[in-house]
Amino acid sequence: MEYITEGCTGALRIIFRADREFVAIVSVSLLVATISTSLAAVSGIPFGALLAHKRFAGRDAVITVLNTLMSLPTVVVGLMVYSFLSRRGPLGSLGLLYTRSAMVIGQWILAFPIVAGLSVAAVKGLDPRIHETAVSLGADAAQGFRTFLREARFGILAALVAGFGRVFAEVGVSMMLGGNIRGYTRNITTAIALETSKGEFALGIALGLVLLAVALGVNVVFGLLRRRSA
Amino acid sequence: MNGKRKMTGTLLTGIAALLAAVQAHAGETLRLATTTSTYETGLLDRVLPPFEKKHNVKIHVISVGTGKAVKIAENGDVDVILVHARAAEDKFVADGCGVNRRDVMYNDFLLLGPAGDPAGIDGLKKAAEALGRIMDKRAPFVSRGDESGTHIKEKSLWAKADRKPSGGWYIEAGQGMSATLRMADEKNAYVLADRATFIFQRDKLRLKPMVEGDPDLFNPYGIIAVSPYRHPHVKYEPAMALVAWMTSPACQELIAAYRKEGGQLYFPNAANPVE
Repeated sequence: MEYITEGCTGALRIIFRADREFVAIVSVSLLVATISTSLAAVSGIPFGALLAHKRFAGRDAVITVLNTLMSLPTVVVGLMVYSFLSRRGPLGSLGLLYTRSAMVIGQWILAFPIVAGLSVAAVKGLDPRIHETAVSLGADAAQGFRTFLREARFGILAALVAGFGRVFAEVGVSMMLGGNIRGYTRNITTAIALETSKGEFALGIALGLVLLAVALGVNVVFGLLRRRSA
Repeated sequence: MNGKRKMTGTLLTGIAALLAAVQAHAGETLRLATTTSTYETGLLDRVLPPFEKKHNVKIHVISVGTGKAVKIAENGDVDVILVHARAAEDKFVADGCGVNRRDVMYNDFLLLGPAGDPAGIDGLKKAAEALGRIMDKRAPFVSRGDESGTHIKEKSLWAKADRKPSGGWYIEAGQGMSATLRMADEKNAYVLADRATFIFQRDKLRLKPMVEGDPDLFNPYGIIAVSPYRHPHVKYEPAMALVAWMTSPACQELIAAYRKEGGQLYFPNAANPVE
């Protein structure tokens, strides 16, 4: 029991002194997860909205695949991207393995199906008459499309929150593609894995608290936004 | 339509800026793949910063087992390796993947066990004999199971004892040295460990040293630069500068001076290789 209390007091000390290593680790997590979620937003939202909106053969199959990919194991993504990015792989000449960019690519692949899949659900849940009304009022296709997005904004925001939550908390992709390099690709989850294996609990607990705080913060902000405009 | 285009433009600019931020890295970087032991014991934190400062280069340390370190070096994903499995190192050089292997330092392995010593190995002189007794008693044994230098050594000892370990008592951890030690400690199992990691973890462990001093337990570390002929993109010159630094009198003194609670973790031998 003693080592847990020691770990907790050590954790608080690390947080309140804003220990340099601690800050660096948290920044890497925030930076990489934010960029990968942004990329997933830019690619996933239009993809999901189009999928919900357009009728074409095989559409249900695409949606099923998307929903399956939502639960893609992180280590499988790690393995696939690793084999592409290694110097032996087809994209090896880019020299991206063990960089933050590699982490971004892996996390993007993790977040994309979530953002796209949940966007489909958000847009599908809308009343189709919204679009008809917009068109009857003289909106062109693009404007009609944007009306859809505006009406579905909370569902889409929820999709982004879910995507961010997944990449911020994942460890497989970060470990395999980033390599857990201190001060460069070491993020919260890979640092916790390392610290636990060394039997050092203080830094691990401090980082775990940050993970919890960020998850809580994102959801509180989301709730506030929703309430304000409801 | 115009608004949409503007929005897309803003988004793209934002992403480009973010990507630039993510890659921003001042100065040159060098990638070193090494064993979990040299990293987790803090040795590299002691010996690398003077080199980084002098050469204005940032070393990215990727800490994995020796087997994996050699593998990613073969693929050209790192510039230099610091590892401990002589046979694998010699093969790496012979295959043309690495150049100029140099001795850096050594320590030794030891067999640790739980206080009760169910297999009765405490004080034995031969590690292979001790492993034989552990298997006879089917006493729990935790193996690294990850092709690390320690795992390769363990396999050679089983081969020497003419045994093929398998069964519920033989636990393959697939993790680094510290994690494996902790697992053995939790499971009251026997384990083979390098002395540096053991000294470093000692105050958190209940396991006791039982077999040590066997010449078979010698543990030498070598540094090898990845061949620029095999992989033209590697940073050969800074890698060779790091080899020069690790084998220099100044760095060798730092290695000798690195102690924890009175125990010396590594013994430098760049000048007087112990065969």
